[in-house]
Amino acid sequence: MSEGIGARVARKEDKRFITGKGKYTDDIRMENQAYAAFVRSPHAHARVTGIDTAAAEAMDGVIAVHTGPELKADGIGDIITGWAITSKDGTPMQCGVWNPMVTEYARYVGDAVAVVIAETQALARVAAESVDVSYEELPATVFADRALDTGAPQVHANVPGNLIFNWEIGDEARTGAAIEGAHHVTELNITNNRLSPNALEPRSAVTVYDEAEEHYTLYSTSQNPHVARLVLSAFYQVAPEHKLRVIAPDVGGGFGSKIYIYPEEITCLWASMKTGRSIKWTSDRSEAFMTDAHGRDHVTTAKMGFDENGKIVGFHVDTIANIGAYVSLFATATPTYLYGTLWSGTYDIPAIYGTVRAVHTNTAPVDAYRGAGRPEATYMIERMMETAAREMGMDPAELRRRNFITEFPYQTQVLLQYDSGDYHTLLDMAQKAAEIDGFPERKAEAAARGMLRGIGYSTFVEACGLAPSAAAGSLGAGVGLWESAEVRVNPVGTIEILTGCHSHGQGHETTFAQLVADRFGLPIENVSILHGDTDKVQFGMGTYGSRSGPVGMSAVMLALEKVEEKAKKIAAHVLEASEDDIVIEGGEVKVAGTDKAMAWHELGLAAYTGHNLPEGMEPGLKETSFFDPVNFSFPSGALICEVEVDPETGVTEIIQFTAADDFGVIVNPMIVEGQVHGGLTQGIGQAMCEGVVYDGDGQLVTGSYMDYQMPRASDVPSYTVRHGSTPSPDNPLGIKGCGEAGAIGAPPAVINAIVDAIGTQDLQMPATPLAVWQALQTVSARQAAE
Amino acid sequence: MSNVKMTVNGTTVTRDVADNTLLSDFLREHLRLTGTHVGCDTSQCGTCVVHVDGRAIKSCTALAAALDGSDITTIEGIKDGAELHPMQAAFKTHHGLQCGFCTPGMIMSGIDIVNRYREEGKELTEAAIRHELEGNICRCTGYHNIVKAIGEAAGNMSDLAKAAE
Repeated sequence: MSEGIGARVARKEDKRFITGKGKYTDDIRMENQAYAAFVRSPHAHARVTGIDTAAAEAMDGVIAVHTGPELKADGIGDIITGWAITSKDGTPMQCGVWNPMVTEYARYVGDAVAVVIAETQALARVAAESVDVSYEELPATVFADRALDTGAPQVHANVPGNLIFNWEIGDEARTGAAIEGAHHVTELNITNNRLSPNALEPRSAVTVYDEAEEHYTLYSTSQNPHVARLVLSAFYQVAPEHKLRVIAPDVGGGFGSKIYIYPEEITCLWASMKTGRSIKWTSDRSEAFMTDAHGRDHVTTAKMGFDENGKIVGFHVDTIANIGAYVSLFATATPTYLYGTLWSGTYDIPAIYGTVRAVHTNTAPVDAYRGAGRPEATYMIERMMETAAREMGMDPAELRRRNFITEFPYQTQVLLQYDSGDYHTLLDMAQKAAEIDGFPERKAEAAARGMLRGIGYSTFVEACGLAPSAAAGSLGAGVGLWESAEVRVNPVGTIEILTGCHSHGQGHETTFAQLVADRFGLPIENVSILHGDTDKVQFGMGTYGSRSGPVGMSAVMLALEKVEEKAKKIAAHVLEASEDDIVIEGGEVKVAGTDKAMAWHELGLAAYTGHNLPEGMEPGLKETSFFDPVNFSFPSGALICEVEVDPETGVTEIIQFTAADDFGVIVNPMIVEGQVHGGLTQGIGQAMCEGVVYDGDGQLVTGSYMDYQMPRASDVPSYTVRHGSTPSPDNPLGIKGCGEAGAIGAPPAVINAIVDAIGTQDLQMPATPLAVWQALQTVSARQAAE
Repeated sequence: MSNVKMTVNGTTVTRDVADNTLLSDFLREHLRLTGTHVGCDTSQCGTCVVHVDGRAIKSCTALAAALDGSDITTIEGIKDGAELHPMQAAFKTHHGLQCGFCTPGMIMSGIDIVNRYREEGKELTEAAIRHELEGNICRCTGYHNIVKAIGEAAGNMSDLAKAAE
C-alpha cells in the first residue's frame, strides 16, 4: 500500500499516546525540582497598595516569594504585541503596558501579583494563599460595547477612552453610495461570543538554570518554541538566544492559546536564576479559564445592500473588538487583517467598507483562537446572507449561488486575492450529501411530532498558510512568516526531517514522512520528524493558521528537491550514467532503461564515505530550505446543518451535519477528516453552548467546566464529510490547509438552521435551550399580536 | 501520613503518602506513571480515568489512602506484552486521537463501557457510547472517531472474551 501523498496512513506517533508514554511538559521532573504557584488578583481593577509576604516566606518548604517590582528591577521587559496597527486617522495604536507581574495596577481577575516557589506543588499553593495583598478596588470596564462610553472607567491611563485603534478597510464613499441606492438593505446587530480555547492539557512550564554556563532551558506547552525563544530574548531580556533553549515536547492541543508567551514562563525562567532551582508551574483549569487568552468577543453592526436580482451591491461593517486588559501577541492582527480582509466571503461584492474599534477592558487578554478573525467574519457574512434571503423571500442557497465568485484569481475589495476555488461544486456536493430534496418531507414529519426542523447553510472562504513575509511586514507584522526545513539523509539511508512547525495533535510525524515516501518510495518507518526543540531545529515559526501544510511542508519539498538533485549527481557518478537518466523510486536509485541501480542506503553511504564523489562535491547529504509563500492559501467550504428544536424546552438537537470542503491537495485524508470533525465540534460549541461570562464587576462567572459548557460526545452528531479540490497554485504541493475550517464555517450553519426552525433571526450565540426558548416566546408574542 | 499498599498494573507497591494525596498524584508523582493525566479540577474532563478493582473511576477525585488494598489498572497496564489492547488498537486504526492528552482516559473509559454493557447484556449503540462518554472531554477529535473506535473495539473485545470462554 502506498504511503505517499493522498494515502490514508495510520499515525506513527499514536503508539506512545495510546500506551500512556506521551511526554508532556508536566510529566517532566528535574533533579531538585521546585514548584511555583501564582498569587492572582481577585479584582478586575485595583491598585495594589501592599504585599506582605512574611507569613508565606516563614512557612517550612517555601523557597522564595517574588513580586512584579523585583522583575522590573532586574530589567525583565514588558510583554509585547507582535503586530502594529495604524488607525484610520493615521495615528499609531495605543496599548497599555503589560508587566509580567503587577507593578501597581491589577487589570483583570487573574492578573499575576506574586509568585511563590516551594518544595512541593501543594505547599506552593497553600503558601500563595498566605501572601497578603492589599488592594484599593477601582471601577471596572468589562463589556466591549460599553468600553467607549463617555465616563467608562479607564483601563490604562495612556489609552484615552480605552480605544486602542480605530482601523478601517475598503472604500467608504463607494460603499455608502452603493447601499444608499440598493433595492434592499439587510441590517443586523451581531455578537460573536467570547470563548475559552480549552486545550485539554493545561499550560505548563519547567525552567532550568545552569549557573556555570549562564544558560536557561524552558520546557513549554508552546505551539512555536522558536518564537518563544526570540521574544523571551529580544523583548523580555531573560537571556540571549544562544543561552536559552526552548523545548516544546508533546503538547496537548493549542488552538491558538499556546502561541503566546505568558507571564508565567517569563517569571519562572527568571525565578530559576534567582533561586538556583528548576521550577515547575502547571496551570489548573481554573487558572486556565482566568488567564489563557480568550477568543472572539466582537459586537458588530452590519449592512448589506442588494439589487433587485439579489446581487450584493455593497457591504458595510462596524465592529467593536474586545482586546481585554492587555494586548497579547497576535491580538491586534486578529480583528483586523485576519477579519476585515475576509469580508467578501465567497461572494463577488463590488463595494466593501468597515471599521474596527479595538478596546481595552478589565478582562483576560483576547487573542487568536482557532480560526482567529475568520470565524467572526464568516459568522457575520453568513448570518447576513440567511437573513437577507428570508427578507427577500429567496432560497438561501440560491441567493448564495447568485453571488458566488466564479473566476480565479479573484481580487477582493479588501486586500486579498483568492487563489482558486469552485464554490458551486462544493455547494452541490453538500446539498447532495445532505439529501436536501427530502428536507420538506422530514420537516413535515417532525412537525407531526410537534418538533421544529430547520436547515442552515454556511459557505466560507478563509485565508490560511500564514503568511507571505513581505506582505505581513507591510501590514505591521513584527516577524516574517516563512517556514524552514532540514532534510538529513543518514549514512544508512534513513532520513530525519527537522521542521520549524510544531505538532500538538496535527500528526506531522506521519504526514511529513509521507512526503518522503511519495518522493523516494521509502517506507515512512525510515523517516523521523524532529520538531519542538530550539537546540535541534533551525529557526522556524511554529504551527497555527493552518500553516504547517501550505508553508511547512513546502519547505520540506524544497529541501527534498535539493537532496534529490545531489543524490542524482552522486548516483550518476557512481553508476557512470547521465544525471538526467537517474530516477529515484521504490527505495532505489536507478538508471532509466537499464538494470543499473544502487539501493538508497548505498547512496547514503557513498555520500558520507566520500570515497567516490564527483570532483569538487562536498561529502554528506543534508539540505536546508526556507519557504516564504507568495500568497495566502484559500480553503473554502459549504456546510449544511439540520436541526430539530423542541418548542416546549428550546432544546436543539443536530440531526445531521454535512461539510464539503476544498483544502486543495490532501496528504492524508484520515488526518484531514479528523481536523474537520474537531473544528466542526468547536464551531458547534461556540454556536450552542460555549461562552465566557463576566459579570458587571468583571468577575469571571464561567471559571470551571461546571460553568463553561464544553461540547460533549452526546452534544454532536457523526459528521458527513466530503472533499472537493482546487489545488493552490501558490505552493509546490497545492495544499490549502484544513485546521480551522470547521470552527470557521460551523457557527453560522448551526444558527441559521435554528433560525430557520424557529422563525426569527433574533438569536445570538450561544443558542442554549434558554436562549432558543426565549426567542420562541418572542415569535409567539408577535404572532399573537398579529 | 498513611502507609498504602496497592496492586498497580499487576505489581504490588507500598508507599507512605500524605493523607490528602489524590490517586492521580500518587500515580503520577509517587509511581511516575504519567500516562494518567489531569486536565481539570472539578472532576469533569476524564483525562484521569483509571480502573480500581475493575471499575472506571476518576483518579483526581479519589484519595490514595482510601484505596489501600485496591487493584489498580492504568493506561500503562492494559497491553498484553507487546500486543495492544483491542481498545488501544481501535483508537489507532480509527484515528481516535490527535493531541493524545484525553486519550488515556478515553481508552480506560471505553474499556469500562464495553465491559459493563457486556456484563449487563445491553446493546452498545452509537447513542449509548455518546451518552456514556459524558464524563470525558476531547477538544481535538470532535468525538466522531472516538465513538467509531469504541464501537469497533466492543466487537473485538467480545470476540476475545468468547475465545477465552
